[in-house]
Amino acid sequence: MDTKEKQILVTIVNTILIFAIYAYYVYDRYLIDNPELLNDSSFWGKTFLVLIPVAILAQIVLHIIFAIINGILTRETMDIITDERDKLIELKAIRISHWLFTFGFLLAMGSQALGMETWVMFVTLVASGFISGIVSESAKIYFYRKGV
Amino acid sequence: MSNKIKIDKCAITNNIRKLRFMANEMTQQDLADKTGVTRQTIVAIENGKYFPTLELAFRIARVFETPLDQVFEFQFIPSEKS
Repeated sequence: MDTKEKQILVTIVNTILIFAIYAYYVYDRYLIDNPELLNDSSFWGKTFLVLIPVAILAQIVLHIIFAIINGILTRETMDIITDERDKLIELKAIRISHWLFTFGFLLAMGSQALGMETWVMFVTLVASGFISGIVSESAKIYFYRKGV
Repeated sequence: MSNKIKIDKCAITNNIRKLRFMANEMTQQDLADKTGVTRQTIVAIENGKYFPTLELAFRIARVFETPLDQVFEFQFIPSEKS
């Protein structure tokens, strides 16, 4: 497995970890005592706005830690160059992510059209964002291995 | 009357492995450094898993100081008639 594939795997694991820990934190801190917050748009807005910077910072920190550990164990240096093949793979992965998220967005809107509770829409949006992220990263590994 | 244009399949092959050998066994990393891409991209090109842009193809040809058609070969594969 080359360093690019390792970096992608780290991103996938980080995404799952960050999402799981944050979801548990929000549930334990706010929702367990106040389940009525589920239908409060303001609560969901704040949850999303905090999640984005937290996820970005955590990804950066975890990638730095991975680079240090990988460097010590394998004496490899991380690829800094992003060449035309990397960009093509990135574009293909973004396209997959885009379609998946669009599908999730339509499901979320559909839930409101069918008169479901507000939290169904927000949970669907969060889930589609999470799934599209994981699938697009997995697609990158597939393209790196199979070719583009 | 049908106006469909029949296009044969094509195959692009390359001689990079041979050219590296003839260039004093140049390593994939050396070629990658000289063309500004990663070693993995050179590996993918050699294995036919990635077809480079024209710019990169010319860069590779320039490294070996050889015409482009000596590095990459293009062939039509005649499709079977039904």
